[in-house]
Amino acid sequence: MAVELDVFVGNTIIMSEEVYQLWLDGYTVNDAVKVRMDGGALDEFEANADVVQSDTMDQYRTFQMCERLLHSPTKLANQLLFQIPPHRQATLIERYYAFDDGFVREVLGKKLSKGTKKDLDDISAKTGVMLKSCRRQFDNFKRVFKVVEELKGPLVENIRQHFLLSDKLARDYAAIVFFANNRFETGKRKLQYLTFQDLAFCAGQLINNWTVGAVDNMVEDMDVDLDKEFLQELKELKVLITDKDLLDQHKSLVCTALRGKTKAFNEMEANFKNLSRGLVNIATKLTNTKDVRDFFIDLVEKFIEPCRSDRWTAADMKLYLTHYTNSAHILDTFKHQVVWDRYMGVIKSCIFKMYHD
Amino acid sequence: MPGKLKAKIVAGRHLPVMDRASDLTDAFVEVKFGNTTFKTDVFPKSLNPQWNSEWFKFEVDDEDLQDEPLQITVLDHDTYSANDAIGKVYIDIDPLLYSEAASVISGWFPIYDTIHGIRGEINVLVKVELFNDLNRFRQSSCGVKFFCTTSIPKGYRAAIVHGFVEELVVNEDPEYQWIDRIRTPRASNEARQRLIFLMSGELQRKIGLKVLEMGGNAVVGYLQCFDLEGESGLVVRAIGTACTLEKLSSGSSTHTHPNTAPASNACNSPSKDGKEPVFGEDLPSSSGPPTPFRALPTSSSSPPPFSPSKPCSRQSSSSDTDLSLTPKTGMGSGSMGKDAGPLKTLLRQQTQTALEQRGASSSGLLLNAREFPFFTLTSFPSGFLLHVGGVVSARSVKLLDRIHNPALGNTRSYKLLDWNSVTADEPETRDAWWEEIRQEIKSHAKALGCHAVVGYSENTNICEEVCILSASGTAAILNPRYMREGCLDIAGSDHRFEDPSPSSCGFCHIPYDELNMPFPAQLTYCFHCRRQKVPDVLFTTIDLPSDAAIAGKGCFIQARLCRLKKKAQGEVNATAISNLLPFMEYELHTQLMNKLKLRSMNALFGLSIQISVGENMLLGLASATGVYLTALPAPGGIQIAGKTPGDLNNEQHIMNIQKRINDTIAKNKELYEVNPPKLFALDPEVFCGTNVELTEEVVGSPIPEPRHRSRLFRSHSESSDELSELDLSHGKKDAFVLEVDDTDAVEDIHSLLTDAPPPKGFHSCNTETMPGIYNWTSALQMFTSVRVLRLSNANLTNQALNKIFTDLCENLLKSFYFKLRSMVPCCLSHLNFSVAVPEEELIQVAVTAVAMTFDKDQTQEKPAEKPIMKGCSEGEEQLQFPLELCADSSSVNSQSSSRISGVPESSSLSTRAASVDYGSFADRCSTWLELLRLKAHTIRRGSVKTSRRTQSLAHSVSSLEHSSPITEGRSRLLRSSRSFGGSSVSVVKMTPLSFLPGTRIVKYLGIINMFFIRETTSLREEGGVSGFLHSFVAEVFAMVRAHVAALGGNAVVSYSMKDCVLMENPNKNQCQCLINVSGDAVIYIRETDLEAIASTVGLSSTNSDGAT
Repeated sequence: MAVELDVFVGNTIIMSEEVYQLWLDGYTVNDAVKVRMDGGALDEFEANADVVQSDTMDQYRTFQMCERLLHSPTKLANQLLFQIPPHRQATLIERYYAFDDGFVREVLGKKLSKGTKKDLDDISAKTGVMLKSCRRQFDNFKRVFKVVEELKGPLVENIRQHFLLSDKLARDYAAIVFFANNRFETGKRKLQYLTFQDLAFCAGQLINNWTVGAVDNMVEDMDVDLDKEFLQELKELKVLITDKDLLDQHKSLVCTALRGKTKAFNEMEANFKNLSRGLVNIATKLTNTKDVRDFFIDLVEKFIEPCRSDRWTAADMKLYLTHYTNSAHILDTFKHQVVWDRYMGVIKSCIFKMYHD
Repeated sequence: MPGKLKAKIVAGRHLPVMDRASDLTDAFVEVKFGNTTFKTDVFPKSLNPQWNSEWFKFEVDDEDLQDEPLQITVLDHDTYSANDAIGKVYIDIDPLLYSEAASVISGWFPIYDTIHGIRGEINVLVKVELFNDLNRFRQSSCGVKFFCTTSIPKGYRAAIVHGFVEELVVNEDPEYQWIDRIRTPRASNEARQRLIFLMSGELQRKIGLKVLEMGGNAVVGYLQCFDLEGESGLVVRAIGTACTLEKLSSGSSTHTHPNTAPASNACNSPSKDGKEPVFGEDLPSSSGPPTPFRALPTSSSSPPPFSPSKPCSRQSSSSDTDLSLTPKTGMGSGSMGKDAGPLKTLLRQQTQTALEQRGASSSGLLLNAREFPFFTLTSFPSGFLLHVGGVVSARSVKLLDRIHNPALGNTRSYKLLDWNSVTADEPETRDAWWEEIRQEIKSHAKALGCHAVVGYSENTNICEEVCILSASGTAAILNPRYMREGCLDIAGSDHRFEDPSPSSCGFCHIPYDELNMPFPAQLTYCFHCRRQKVPDVLFTTIDLPSDAAIAGKGCFIQARLCRLKKKAQGEVNATAISNLLPFMEYELHTQLMNKLKLRSMNALFGLSIQISVGENMLLGLASATGVYLTALPAPGGIQIAGKTPGDLNNEQHIMNIQKRINDTIAKNKELYEVNPPKLFALDPEVFCGTNVELTEEVVGSPIPEPRHRSRLFRSHSESSDELSELDLSHGKKDAFVLEVDDTDAVEDIHSLLTDAPPPKGFHSCNTETMPGIYNWTSALQMFTSVRVLRLSNANLTNQALNKIFTDLCENLLKSFYFKLRSMVPCCLSHLNFSVAVPEEELIQVAVTAVAMTFDKDQTQEKPAEKPIMKGCSEGEEQLQFPLELCADSSSVNSQSSSRISGVPESSSLSTRAASVDYGSFADRCSTWLELLRLKAHTIRRGSVKTSRRTQSLAHSVSSLEHSSPITEGRSRLLRSSRSFGGSSVSVVKMTPLSFLPGTRIVKYLGIINMFFIRETTSLREEGGVSGFLHSFVAEVFAMVRAHVAALGGNAVVSYSMKDCVLMENPNKNQCQCLINVSGDAVIYIRETDLEAIASTVGLSSTNSDGAT
């Protein structure tokens, strides 16, 4: 005696968010049933294992049928196969495109290619996210990447419109796309302490200030690629470290402003030239794709680590960078104020975000 | 040339990729109606083509408009090879043919392919221009409205209920044609789908013609079924109740001329005025209200069978002008004046002898369906239903292969209908089969002293070449004031009708003569009015009348049974089956009775019994909703008796069981809140005295005479004889006695106790409304669930099989409760189970039901606005119809005596019929109430209770809707529906009920009747059978919703899945499934919206002068 067939179909879609999450997390039906029963499903409504099993199967099937639609969420709204109330549609989509920070941190900046996909089982083992879920998340990244790659207009807005995601999630996806496109190196051991949210914030800063779209908003790839002209102009900043006078002048301005305001003043004074060299060098090398990839590691090695070893507090850091940036404006021979601001604005906020343990 | 059909193909979306190279599709569309085909241009390289075609115009007969669907095929253009079909859309034009329904069909339809399922969507516009045609010879019946709803549709008033209409058409099944061997599965499926579309169109048209001929303009309770008879053909048959409906609208007077409603299409009604030609023998012309009422001498004096009778005087020219139609055999022809009689049919029952009927049908003529006083309706306006006798049912086993071989069957000849010949004869064999069954039902009803059968339905079950035909209904007496002649059949019972019984208990009063009861039953005086006798239990197939007085809540009761059968062929098989049937019915009945008592209830509503045949087993499933009617005596308990009193062990065991039973009864009483009111108790002596006397009389009364043999339980074999005697000896006991004498009985008792009550917060029933729950909130979830069980062990015993089957049903219910737990407090209404044995060792159960939430706090009260949700507007308006109709009938009782004589003749009929054909050994008579005879059950005499409270319950009919400006509401609705027509998909609600809680139906757009086939050759890839069926059911829902939305509707009511035939072959990785669904497309508006519009009368006012 065996159940040969067992289906339950509602006119309006029937789903429980709990089961949806289990499905998204990659649980098999049997594992999901176990989880549900351990979670107390049996206490409700005199259910038994068979009932939970049958319910789980039905929902899994429904989700599998929906999955095709979820790949292009706009279709979900005007498809006829399932009658899904709007709030349910939003939940389905938002949850489907949600990802584990742990997982995304691993693939951030990697090429979204078949090769990477092959490594997913390692990532799965490392992060504890089930392989099935890893695949879904990876495919989501890839799908979003593919769609927005060729679109004009603001990246976040494009993602939001094509995938009907919330603003927060759309921003995260924008960051993922941006990282994938520019192949920023994030996997080095020194960068491990950075969370996805740290990096997503930085990506947001870069997108908003350093891309083509930041100045012209109707260009293809405008938000995905860095503004080449700007990167070229950054070379001009070199004068800040190559011109001895300028460097000394800058240092004295900053030190004057900082004196007495912080305990770390001595270290700041001692390290000024080193730090300034580090930041300006990063700027001047950004025309090199290779160096763009190393942007974050450079920031950490050239600036954050020295400061950390000198036990700067976050407040010290803020104070220092503010004065460091502003003082450059007073340098009378320094002509590249606009580029400097555009550069330092982003660097400042990135470093603020990244300066933690 | 009475019609022009216009179609425009606007656009497509989400099309599948047909060209792998470009990942795109070059789509174009073929639009076909009848034999005319148009094509759109190819829209190259797009998955979202914009064709924006011209209007394709088809000039067609309205007959074709009714029969044919518009067929839209989407194809992928291929320069070098044949164009690939993407999929099809069939659009039923019928809804556009009513004058007041939808005017345009416009919307996105899923493009459906029988192999791939839904593949994208297409936007289509369809319009019809109808020219008026005064051709009286026409074959079409445009304009007759069809409703699946088994009550008078909301917003309508039944001016006349004409009665029963039936029709069937037969054709060869394309699946079994020789060509099927060489064509693709897709072509074969499409041929089948199209054929069934055509056949149901034709069937509907033919039924419509009958209705027009009767003078009606609508069919209510339309029930259409398919019989897939395999080699011997494909039958589409339908039954329904013909009515003349009048639209209620707030402003318009209900006294408009009765002809206004059908006027637009009343082509066969040359005499539109009140003065119609009169027919029948020699009726005086009846031209105005107070119609002289004539004592018709027709009843016993066998009228000429072919007398052109027009029972419905209004709206019809005499029938012999209808040359193209088979003349109807008339009987009785009790014609009344205009406005004079609803339910004319009733006047005409009993009049024709069996011989005449036989003669009529064997001479190749259609029998007049109207001779059957049957009503497919299950709920009625109050005051309509007077008394209910009990369930009547008939079953007959037939051999399908017989119909190929005239020499072996009965004397009639049969031929399969040639599809193309319009003049083809009716498929007589099957007609005759049904004819027989209906006759039997009629005579059962008569035996119960009833002149009508309500809640009538028919179905078949086919396994290989064996076919079981079943029909069942509830014998009833309808208000005699409205059908004066009808009541005349009940001799000597007239006195009962003189003082009208209160509506809260009247329907429980026995319709039969207590001194000459058709079966032994325990009668008591009604616990309500104390004037009339009532039986101790009441089984019916109808819904609980809205004004019935009940205690507590109802509950879903199901009896399940499996019986093994030896594999056999042909005749032997049929014999074996028909021998088993009576036992099954008996056992199902016993189970129902026990379960009813266990819940301490005394009445069943919505009873439906299905028997399914498989190669090696029979399945029986009886579902009903139990309720405690306060008019009926309280049920006694269940007492367990052991056969071997000496055995101590055994006694202990029995005591344990007894205790468990008593506990269960007590628990159930609490659960269902069955606390019969004990407002006043008479001196029990006085009351019981009469009872005892009466009971004795009854018990002593002889078993009905041999001439009633036809009504007797067929298997009047030793066992049942023994039983009845045995039980009768216990007759005076206080409780229902169960004997524990063998393991079987123990099993039975165990199975009795294994039925788990629904978990807290859940209720369930299989009727339209849940007795005892009135305050629905608007949340609603319709669902379909199918489960198939494979029996692994071939050597199962009956008991083991029973257990498996019972568990299957119970687990399904448990699953529903679990799945819908987020909706509590909630009620599963209209639980409709259907069982099948698709192959050996497989049991299939399909369920369709709706879960509805209700407001927990008020369930104890019976709020005054009950009529609002139950039937909204129909409450008062429908009342008008009997009143209006009876206004002109004042002195009618005179003919009573002249009509008695019909009775004995027709009871002899069945015996005669039995000898006619094959299924004669079939069990043909199993009136439930007769079965009661076999069980002794006495009334608990100690507790005579009655209630006055409920009696005085103010039945305040809401006048809310009458004056509300519907037009405003509608325009508002239209606006809103248009607004979401654009980007997102509009929500379409579906429910098997005839109403949507918290809303009001403002327009019926037409019937939805769809048939789909889905097949796959990659079963595993689609997720196995479950995955395959899951997506198919979802697709069917989607297509129903799309059609409703295209008609401008936002809901389907009275939705049902008539068939779900699944055939799998996992070894070949194949599966095929057929689904047939139907329902009424409607537009509803929320009551809250209405309230905003409604000017003066509000819900609040009705609330305040509510129940007292």
